[in-house]
Amino acid sequence: MLEVSTHPVGNAVVVKITGDVDLYSSPEVRKTIIGLTKNKEKNILIDLSQVAYMDSSGVATLVEGLQQVGRYKGTLKLFGLDAAVREVFELSRLDKVFEIYTTEAEALETIAK
Amino acid sequence: MAKEPIIKIRDLNTYYGDRHILKGVNLDIYEGEIMTILGRSGCGKSTLLRHMVGLVRPASGSIFIKGQDITRMSEEEMTPILKKMGMLFQGAALFNSMTVGENVALPLKEHTQLEDSTISIMTRIKLDLVGLSGFESFKPAQLSGGMKKRAGLARAIAMDPDILFCDEPSAGLDPVVAMGIDQLIIKLEKAFRMTIVVVTHELPSVFTISDRIAMLHEGQIIAVGTQDELKNSSDPIVKQFLNREADDSELDRDKYLDSLVRN
Amino acid sequence: MMERVVSFFSSLGRPTLTFFVHLHRFVLLVLETFRWTIIAPFKGKKVRWRATVEQAVRFGWDSILIVTVIAFFIGLILAMQAADQLKPFGAEIYVANLVAVSLTRTLGPMITAIIIAGRGGSSIAAELGTMKVAEELDALRTMGLNPNWFLVVPRFVAMVMMLPALAMLANFVGIGGAYIFSVAALEINGVRFINQVAMALVMKDMIVGLVKTVVFAMIIVFVGCYQGLIVEGGAEGVGKSTTNSVVISIFLIIAAEVFFTALFYSTL
Repeated sequence: MLEVSTHPVGNAVVVKITGDVDLYSSPEVRKTIIGLTKNKEKNILIDLSQVAYMDSSGVATLVEGLQQVGRYKGTLKLFGLDAAVREVFELSRLDKVFEIYTTEAEALETIAK
Repeated sequence: MAKEPIIKIRDLNTYYGDRHILKGVNLDIYEGEIMTILGRSGCGKSTLLRHMVGLVRPASGSIFIKGQDITRMSEEEMTPILKKMGMLFQGAALFNSMTVGENVALPLKEHTQLEDSTISIMTRIKLDLVGLSGFESFKPAQLSGGMKKRAGLARAIAMDPDILFCDEPSAGLDPVVAMGIDQLIIKLEKAFRMTIVVVTHELPSVFTISDRIAMLHEGQIIAVGTQDELKNSSDPIVKQFLNREADDSELDRDKYLDSLVRN
Repeated sequence: MMERVVSFFSSLGRPTLTFFVHLHRFVLLVLETFRWTIIAPFKGKKVRWRATVEQAVRFGWDSILIVTVIAFFIGLILAMQAADQLKPFGAEIYVANLVAVSLTRTLGPMITAIIIAGRGGSSIAAELGTMKVAEELDALRTMGLNPNWFLVVPRFVAMVMMLPALAMLANFVGIGGAYIFSVAALEINGVRFINQVAMALVMKDMIVGLVKTVVFAMIIVFVGCYQGLIVEGGAEGVGKSTTNSVVISIFLIIAAEVFFTALFYSTL
C-alpha cells in the first residue's frame, strides 16, 4: 500500500511518500527517515504530494525526524501537502513547527541559499 | 443522497431481568455527523450506547457498523472494529494506576508496532489537542473532573478513530468547563471528520454540538431530526423535554396511589 | 396457599441457583485465563512481562518480611510445643524431625498461602473491584483489550511463581526458628540438629509441598479476581467482595489441604 522512496536532488534528499500514512504504515516512513538522520543527511525534504491521508502517527514520525535533524543542525522540510493532511498539522499546531512549502522547487530554493 | 449510514441500528430489544429497556430501537447515524441521543435518566440511552460499542449484547435486533453486524460477532472479530472506535466514559474511566500519558499511550502500545518514541510524541500531540500538554506524568487522581474528561477524550482518540462515542460528556461539570468539552467535541469532528455519537440529557450541550438529535423515550426513539426539526416538533413529549416542563401531565392518579400503598 | 408453597421452594432454590451461577462463571474465568496464558503468546499477543514482574514484586517481594516473621514464630512455637512433649522421654532431638516435617508438609505452604490470601488476594479483589466500579474494565473492552488477558493473566502467572518461592522461604525460616530455640534452650548441638532435619526431610514432602502451593496460588488469584470482577454497587460492594475473597480463599486453601493430606499421607 505505502511506498517510500528516496532520491537526491542537488544538495538535498527527497523522501517521496506514496499512499496513506497510518498506524500500521508509519513505521515504514520512520525507518527511512531515521535511516537518513543516522547518516546525518544535511537536508531532507519530505514529498507528501501523494499522501491523501495521514494520521497522528505519521505526524509524530515526522516530528521525530525533525527532532533528529535538529541534533546535527540539519533541516527537514515538507512540501506538497494535501488540504486534509495540512489540516492535521494545523490542528496540532505543528504547521508552526515545520517548514511547509507548496512545491519541491520552492522547498529546494530555501536550501540553496 | 442515499448514503449508507456508518451505524445502522435495527429493531434493537434489550431486557434487564424482566424490564424491557430498549423496545425496538431503529436509528441511522451517518458519517461525519454529530448525533446526540437525548432522553431522561433511565430511558435507556446509556444502554443503547453500550450496545454500540459491544459492551452489551441485545436480546434481539442488529447493529451494523460500516455494514458489519456487531451483535453477532466474537471477541476476535470485534477487535479490529473496536480499534477504529473510541469511547469517552461518563466518569472518564482513566486507569488510576497509570499516569495520564500511559493511559493515552496504552491502546497504541497494545495494538500497534510503533516505536515508543513515536508513541510518546503521539501521546503529547493528543494531550495538547485537549489542552492538557505537560500533564502526561500526572496521575488521574491529581486531575479535576473536567481535566479527567479531557484526558479520557485524549485516550479515546489515541488510535485516530472514525467513530467516537461520548457518554454524558458534560455531566457533573460546571457550565464553563462543560462548554469547553463541547467545543472540543466539535473541533474533533471538524478536524478528523469523525462521526461522533453523544448521549446526554444536558440541553445546552445538545444545542451546541448536535448535527442531528434522536430523542429516546421509554426505550423507543420517538423523534429524529436536526435541531430545528426537533424544536418545531409537535410531539408533546419532545416539546416537554425541550421546554424543560415539569413532569406532571403524565400522572395517573390511580397508578400513583397504587404505587404508594402496594406491598 | 399455592403462592406460599411456590415462594417457599423458590426461596430454597434461589441460593442454590446463585451458587451454581457463580460456580459456572468462576469456572469460565479459570478456563479463559488458562486459554489466554497458554494460547495468547502464539497468536501474536505480546506477553505482558512488565506487568507480570510488577505483580510478582507486589505479591512476592513485598510479602517477604511478613512471611519471614510469621514463619519464624511458627517454627519457634512448634519447637517449644514439641520440646515440651518430648522432654520427658529425653528425645528433644526429635524436635528437629517434628518441626521440619510439619512445616514442609503442611504448615509452611498453608500459613504462607493464608498470609498471601489476606494480603495479595484481598488487594486483587479490591483493585479489580475498584476498576470495575470506575468503568475501567469496560474501558479496556472498548479498546479491544480483554480484561482477563490484561489483568488476570499477569496476576495469575506472578502468583503461581511467587507463592512456592515464599513457601520455601517460610519452611527455611521456620526450621531456622526451631534451630535457634533448640540450640539456645535445649542445648542441642547445631550440627546434630541440621543432620536430623536432613534425615527427616524426604523428597516427596518437598514436591507435594510445591504442588500444593501452586494450587493455593490459583485459589488466591482466581477467587480474588472473580470477587473483583463481580463487584456491583460502588465502594460498599468493593468492601464486601474484598472480605469475601479472603474468607473464601482461606476456606478453599484449608479444604484443599485436607484433600492433599488425605491423598498423600492418609494411611487409610
